[in-house]
Formats: sequence, structure tokens, C-alpha cells
Amino acid sequence: MNCYDAIDVMGDALEGSLAPEARPGFEAHIAECGACRNYMDQLRIARETLGRLPRSPETSPRRSDLITAFRRETRVEE
Amino acid sequence: MHAKPWGTGEAFVARLRSGDETAFALLVDGLHSRLLALASTFTRSRSLSEDIVQETWLAVIRGLGAFEGRSSLVTWIFSILVRRARTMAAREARRAPPVAISGDPEESVEWEPGRGRYGLWDKAPVPWGLEDPAALYQSHEALAVVLATLSGMPDAQRQVLLLRDVEDVPAPDVCNILELSETNLRVLLHRGRARIRRALDRYVRDGVAPPFANGLDGAIAGPETRYGS
Repeated sequence: MNCYDAIDVMGDALEGSLAPEARPGFEAHIAECGACRNYMDQLRIARETLGRLPRSPETSPRRSDLITAFRRETRVEE
Repeated sequence: MHAKPWGTGEAFVARLRSGDETAFALLVDGLHSRLLALASTFTRSRSLSEDIVQETWLAVIRGLGAFEGRSSLVTWIFSILVRRARTMAAREARRAPPVAISGDPEESVEWEPGRGRYGLWDKAPVPWGLEDPAALYQSHEALAVVLATLSGMPDAQRQVLLLRDVEDVPAPDVCNILELSETNLRVLLHRGRARIRRALDRYVRDGVAPPFANGLDGAIAGPETRYGS
């Protein structure tokens, strides 16, 4: 596997869904190629940072209308 | 990836169906800003985004009785939102001419499978030398870099990153929600992650950070007001 092939499957590798037949070639390439190793490490950090973005505590400005609509709908169901 | 303030299983759906208002309020409070973030990838109008989310909630209320639980509750809600957003944003687009998006020429070359690193880096990536990568997640500046990059990237890339990496929706569900093939999803995810990596690379090595960023839901906020821990 060369850098081009490695990058093609890097997203799968990041998500732990790399095809079993691609694994030996990918792992061998990553072991010997510093650039791809750095790239993969940094993509992983990018992905993990996305998963840790702060949440806005904002709720719906029409929250009470929604709860009223919910009450009406579920009452009809009964 | 995130602790959910509501349950995710059948028990929670059963509470909703039985008319449990506390459960419904938890769902609204927990999901509203996430829905707004996703809606804002379909339109530049904040008020239209809010309308899309409101319509989504009303559709959720009406559809609860027919929800079969074949996907998770959250995936089902995201699917409803995307269908509404496409219809409502298309209606808007017929009224208003499209807004030109300022393109970063450096980012005009996008990765294609089989073309390897072409378009991704000029020089081979060098280590960031972070003693503790986790420190980056706690850095207001780094988070602002990521948010700014996210809000500036093409909508299709923003949609897949929001669902897959921010919300941790399983890949097959993301394909269903956005009606994408597996290959398209992989390509868009890689392009989006590559942009975030490139922005973090500039930040870590050169200290380049935006003074402020759009929040996930599109609201503009200074780091000190939005990212305070």
C-alpha cells in the first residue's frame, strides 16, 4: 500500500471499520510512513474535537406551544 | 460521544406515546439546538432555520403514534428535519437569488478517492507536538477554529460532519437521513475532516485563530460568552 491507497481507507480506519483484507497493508504502510501517521493522528484529533464541541443550552422559543400541541395530540390518541 | 439527557430506548418512546410531558420537554430541551445546527446547513436564514425546526417538532408530535422504532428516535427526528428543510429551503431559494459563498482558493481542490493526498497537503504533515491532545479540546481558541471552519465549509460536508462526528449518528443512518451512498458519505466526511485538520494545523503551528466564530447553531458569539466552561 502507498500513501494514496492509505488515505483512501483512512476514514474507515479512523472509525474502526477498515475491511479486514485491507488491514495488514494499511498497518504496514502506517508503520513505515511518518507523514501518513501524522496525518491520521491529526484527523483523529480533528474528529474528536468535533465530538466535543460545546452545546448551546438554548431551547425552543416556542417550547410552551409545543408542549400544548403535544398534550393535544396525545390526548386525541387515547 | 455525548451524554444524552433523555433515554434512547423503547422505554423513552413509550413515555412519549403515553403523553408524558416531562419526557417531551426533555427531548425538546436536549435536541433543539442540535436541530437548529442541522437546519442551518440548509439555509442562511436564521428565521427559516427556526421555522424548519418548529415544523419538525410538530411533525414529530403528529408522527409519534406511527413511529415504528426501526431507527433510533434521534435518527427518525433528524430524517424528518432533513425532509422538511429540503422542501422549505427550496421554496425560499425560488424567491431569493443564491448568495455567493466566498471560496478559499486553497480549498478549491478537493480530495477524490484514488487521488490520494492530492489536494490535501503541500508539505507532508508534521507532528503537532502536543503533550496532551485533550488540552486542545479544552482550548476555547481551538474550538473556535473548529466552529469557524465548520460554518465556512460547503453545506454537504457540514451536514455529514454534524451528523457523523458531532452527533455520533451511525454511518448507515447518516446515509439514510441525507440520502447519500456509502461512497459519497466517505468522500464528504474525509473532505470535511481534512478541512478541520488543516485549520487546526494552522492554528497549532502558527497560532492563527479567528476572533470569534459562529456557534454550532449559527448564532454569532464571542468565545468568552459561548465557550465558557
